[in-house]
Amino acid sequence: MRPGFFLKESFRSIKRNALPSFAALASVLVTTLVLGVFIPVVEATNGAANDVRGRVLVDVDMTTSATPAEVARVRGELQRAPHVKSIQYVSKQQGYETEKKHNPQAFALIGYNPLPDIFRITPDKPENSAAVRKELDQSSPLGTRLVTDPAIAAVQNRQAQTNQILSATRVIKITMALLAALLVLASILLISNTIRLSLFSRRREVEVMKLVGATDWFIRWPFVIEGVVLGALGGVLAVLLLGIGKVAFLDPLASDFALIAAPQTIGFALLAILLLVASIAVSAAGSSISLRKFLRV
Amino acid sequence: MTSAGSRQLPPPPRDPRDTVVEFRGVSKLYGPGGIGLERATFAVRRQEMVFLVGPTGSGKSTIMRLLIKELEPTDGRIRVAGRDLSEIEHKKVPYYRRNVGVVFQDFKLLPTRTVYDNIAYALQVTGTSRKQIRATLPDILRLTGLSTKLHNYPHQLSGGEQQRVAVARAFAAHPPLLLADEPTGNLDPETSIGIMQLLYRINRAGTTVLVASHDNEMVDRMRRRVIELKRGRIVRDEASGLYGAREENTDELGERLKREAT
Repeated sequence: MRPGFFLKESFRSIKRNALPSFAALASVLVTTLVLGVFIPVVEATNGAANDVRGRVLVDVDMTTSATPAEVARVRGELQRAPHVKSIQYVSKQQGYETEKKHNPQAFALIGYNPLPDIFRITPDKPENSAAVRKELDQSSPLGTRLVTDPAIAAVQNRQAQTNQILSATRVIKITMALLAALLVLASILLISNTIRLSLFSRRREVEVMKLVGATDWFIRWPFVIEGVVLGALGGVLAVLLLGIGKVAFLDPLASDFALIAAPQTIGFALLAILLLVASIAVSAAGSSISLRKFLRV
Repeated sequence: MTSAGSRQLPPPPRDPRDTVVEFRGVSKLYGPGGIGLERATFAVRRQEMVFLVGPTGSGKSTIMRLLIKELEPTDGRIRVAGRDLSEIEHKKVPYYRRNVGVVFQDFKLLPTRTVYDNIAYALQVTGTSRKQIRATLPDILRLTGLSTKLHNYPHQLSGGEQQRVAVARAFAAHPPLLLADEPTGNLDPETSIGIMQLLYRINRAGTTVLVASHDNEMVDRMRRRVIELKRGRIVRDEASGLYGAREENTDELGERLKREAT
């Protein structure tokens, strides 16, 4: 194998098929550009969604008549229960004051404090909130409730709210993944089409190559290199544009915009490397499709 | 089969290693009813120059395409230099083709490359270094009379010159076997003589040459062995009366061809 010769051949081909080559380069550029915007946005969205999901709580209501001793006992039990990440204690009095602030008229009407002492439990994972609830509040087959501790009046895990948050974040993730996959697919097809055009315009040349005894890979290498060079060029341009966009638009806004400045987003250098690798991989895949299908040598 | 009576088969080769091309009962069918070649049997010895003649569709090109393994025979056995072609795996075909030079009626040159690059390409394919190519190409260019056209593109050359480039490319790697499928089909008689002289010169240098042609007059004047085909069958296989007598040199051949043509 002689890399210099193949490289020369592929540059010769790019120059000769300038227009299709440019189209392929542009398609990779657009895809990489969109992916480059996309990845941080998905991450920021995921970060926000995770934040919301982190707020899924399980409330353990004590009986209104619970004594401080009972409260302490239940606290101990909760700390020992599985899937519990943290426990926040809201006493009757604290609860009354916050609720009164929200809705002073209603509480003025009631005239007394109807609220129980509450433990707010954060599960280790949002998905485990149901498990935590089950642990503390088993429904027996007979319909009577078997509370693990007589001082616990009820365990609520805000089922509806939890489900909503979980499904919403899932939908966001799936949509993003689907869009990304579609974009990658589109680029692969565009690249493969370009290589196909290039193959078609050089089918005479390929025929001659075969006649003088060129091996399959001797014929293929220039085309593979052509695809990869186009992909890499598109990737580099996209990264440059992204860099300019970041410096020109995002950085000045970062201080006002919490979402973009979210600490979970990927570093620019890592993103650039990722995008370059992706664009090269995409173009290699695209050219190999065409070579397999249209260059049965 | 009017000429069946005059049909002479060449004596079987004494030494099997002396046989470059051997067809044994080779048939090629193109789909139902399309006969390319029917039970063709012949052998070509080393350093022979053989002409395949016959009208279009008689099977000349089929033999050529079978020989470069572009087609597979429906039946029969083909051996080249003692090697059974059906035993060459797909992957090895390119390496086999490097031992067989091919020239076509339509030249099949690369239009975007110069004469030099066109010929050098055949050597680059085999992994020859640039240095070696630079060393060997002048000889081939001199042999084919292209030394002054080095940097021209194919479209700047006449038909005869283009065919010379094609011959030079086919012969660049000095293959032991050279196939020419209607090499003079697109050329005027004067130019054709030049190409035939060139093929003759290559043959005299030790290469076995197989030429397909429908130009009967030219073939007769060459006074070489002729295999005539009709609808896929071999109907005549005879060595010219002069064959085996004193060999002419290329100039004498050219003189005689020109004299007989007028």
